Amino acid sequence: MFDSFRTVTRQLVGGEDHRTSADSDDEIRTDGGVAESRRRTGSSGGVLKAVRDRFGEDFLESTPFWLPTFLLMSLFVYGSIGWNFLISLTDFEGFAQEPDYSNLDFEMYVQAVTSEAVQTAVVNTFALLVAFTVVCLAFGMVLAILVDRGIRFENTFRTIYLLPMSLSFVVTAQFWLWMYNPTNGIVNMFFGVFGLGPYDFIGNPNLVLAAVIFALVWQFSGYTMVVYLASLRAIPTEHYEAAQVDGASTVKMYWRVIVPQLKNATISASVVLMVFALKAFDFLYSLVGNFRPPNGSDILATKMVREAFQNQNWAYGSAIAVLLFALALAIIGPYLFHQYKHDNL
Amino acid sequence: MSTKTNKSTADRLFEVDYYRVALYGTLVVMLAFFLAPIETGIVTSFKTQTAVAETLPFLPAGGEGFTLSKWNTAIDVLSRGLLNSLAFAVPATLLSGLLGSITAYGLTLVNWRGQVAVLTLFVAGIFIPYQAVLVPLSKFWGVYVQLGKSLGFFWATTGISKDYAALIELTVTHVAYGLPMCTILFRSYYKSMSTEMMEAARLDGATLRKIYQRIVFPLSKPMFAVVFIYQFTQIWNDLLFALILVSSSSSPAAPIVLILSGLGSSMEGTDFALRMAGAFTAAIPTLIVYILFGDKFAKGVAS
Repeated sequence: MFDSFRTVTRQLVGGEDHRTSADSDDEIRTDGGVAESRRRTGSSGGVLKAVRDRFGEDFLESTPFWLPTFLLMSLFVYGSIGWNFLISLTDFEGFAQEPDYSNLDFEMYVQAVTSEAVQTAVVNTFALLVAFTVVCLAFGMVLAILVDRGIRFENTFRTIYLLPMSLSFVVTAQFWLWMYNPTNGIVNMFFGVFGLGPYDFIGNPNLVLAAVIFALVWQFSGYTMVVYLASLRAIPTEHYEAAQVDGASTVKMYWRVIVPQLKNATISASVVLMVFALKAFDFLYSLVGNFRPPNGSDILATKMVREAFQNQNWAYGSAIAVLLFALALAIIGPYLFHQYKHDNL
Repeated sequence: MSTKTNKSTADRLFEVDYYRVALYGTLVVMLAFFLAPIETGIVTSFKTQTAVAETLPFLPAGGEGFTLSKWNTAIDVLSRGLLNSLAFAVPATLLSGLLGSITAYGLTLVNWRGQVAVLTLFVAGIFIPYQAVLVPLSKFWGVYVQLGKSLGFFWATTGISKDYAALIELTVTHVAYGLPMCTILFRSYYKSMSTEMMEAARLDGATLRKIYQRIVFPLSKPMFAVVFIYQFTQIWNDLLFALILVSSSSSPAAPIVLILSGLGSSMEGTDFALRMAGAFTAAIPTLIVYILFGDKFAKGVAS
C-alpha cells in the first residue's frame, strides 16, 4: 500500500519536467550539502532517516511551513464535513447542547429525499446552476470577443464590466430589488416601452428564479469575460489571419477557429461559476432579510440554513448539507481529478 | 483607374466605420446594462419618500425631492457595523495572505514527495459549499470553544463586551476557510518563479526559513497585493458566516452586511432610498479597493 502510494507520488513529483525530480535533487546536492546532511543523519535516529528517505531530504525542514496551516484548514474544512456527516446520522434538534451519537441511522436522509420541499429545492438548485453557468459563459464570451476587437478605452470598458463582482451579494440584492420593483423599477419601465407588464418579478413564484439568475449573470459575466479575454490573448494572431485568408467571415472564424480553442477556459470558468452559484444563499437571504427566500426560489443552500438555524432541526439540516455537498462533489470532483492527472494543481 | 482605387478605399473606410459604430454601440449598451442598477441606486439614495414614488427611477430629483437624510440615517445605523467589519476583515485578510504564502512556499518551492496529495486537499477546500460545515462550525464556537467564557479574564479586565468574541471567531473562521484560496493563488505564482537563486542559496547552506525571508518573501510582493485585495473583498462581502456566528443584527458585534440585510424594511413597506444609501455605505470600502486596484482584482479572479 505504501509502495504504491510512493510510486504514485514519485510519478507525480518526478513527472514535473520543469523542476528537478527528487532523485536528481539528491545527486545535485551531494557536493555542497553533504556535510550538513551527514551531520543531520548522525544526530537523528533511524525513524527520521526513514521519513527523509520516503518523502525527500527537505521534508522535515519544510513541515513548519505548511503543516500548521494544513492542520488548521483540515480541521475546519474536512473535520467539519466529517462531523457534519456524523450529526446528520443522529436525531439532533432543538436546544440540546450536544447530539446523541449512540443511535445512528439514515432516517434524516429518507426524510429529506421524500420531502417535496427538498425535491423542489433540488430542482431549483439545478436550474440555477445550469442556467446561470450557461448564460454567464455565453454572455461573457461575447463580451470578451467584443473587448478583444482592438477597441479604444479597453481598460475602462473592462473595469466597468467587472465592477459588479466586487460588490457583496447583500448590496446587489438591494439594487435588484429596486430594479425589479413593480411600481417604479427600471426593468418594468423597460418592458413598459413594449407595452408589457408590469411584472412582480420577486413576488411571482414563476418569475423569481429567472429574475435571480439574471441578476447573478449581471454580477458575474464580467468574471467570465476576464477569463475568456486572457484565453483569447493567448491565441496566436496567425490563427485569425489564416482564417481570414481562407475567406471565412468574422462570425464563422470565431465559431470554427477561435471558440473551440477556449475549451479549457470554459471548463475552469464553469467550475468557478458553480461555486459562485452555490453561494447564492447570500443573495436570496438579502432579498427578503429572512431565512425564507421569495416563494419559488428556495434552493438547497437556503433550505439547509433555514432548517438548521431557524427551525433548529440540526440533524435534518446536516443531511441536506450532505446532499448539497454530494452535488458539488459530483461537479467539482471530475474537474479536480482531471487537473490532478494533468499536473495542473 | 486612380479614382476607382480611391472609391474602393472610401468604400472600405465607410465599411470599417460602420462596423466600428456597431461595435462601440454594443459596448456602450453593455456599459449601460452594467451601470444601470448602480446608477439608479445612487440617484434614488438622494430622494425623499415622495420623490422615490413620483420621479423616474434613473433621474436625479431636484429641489424638494432631494435629501441627504437617508445617507445620514444609513451611516448612523451602519457605522457600528462598518467598524466591526473592519475589525475582523483586516486582520483576517493579512493573516490568511501571509499564512497562504508560507504554506505555498513549503508546498511548491521546497521539494518533497507527496506534496501534491496535500495540495489536492487544499484545492478541494476552495470548492466546498460552506453549508456542509455550518452546523459543526456553529457548535464548535457556540458549545465547545466559547470565547466569551474562556477569555473571561480578557473581557473582564478590558471592559469590552463579551459579544465582541464573535469578531475573533469570524477572524479565525475566515482565515481557516480563506487559506485554500490564498495558498493556491501563491502557488500559481511560485510555480513560475525561477528556482536558481534558491538552489544556489541552499547549496550555500541557507535554511528554508532564510530563503523565504530573504528571497521568496520580497519577490512575492506583487502577489501579496493581488491576494490581499481578493481576500478583503471576499471577507468583507460574506454574509453567511456573519449570520451564523453573530446571529442577530442587533448584536454590538454585527458586521455591516448583516445590519444591511435587514435595513429599510418595516411594516409600512420598503424604504428603497434608505436601502440604496445603506447598500452604498456597505459597498464603499470594496469599491475604493476596486477603483484603486482594479487590475489586481482582475488578476486575482482570473487565476
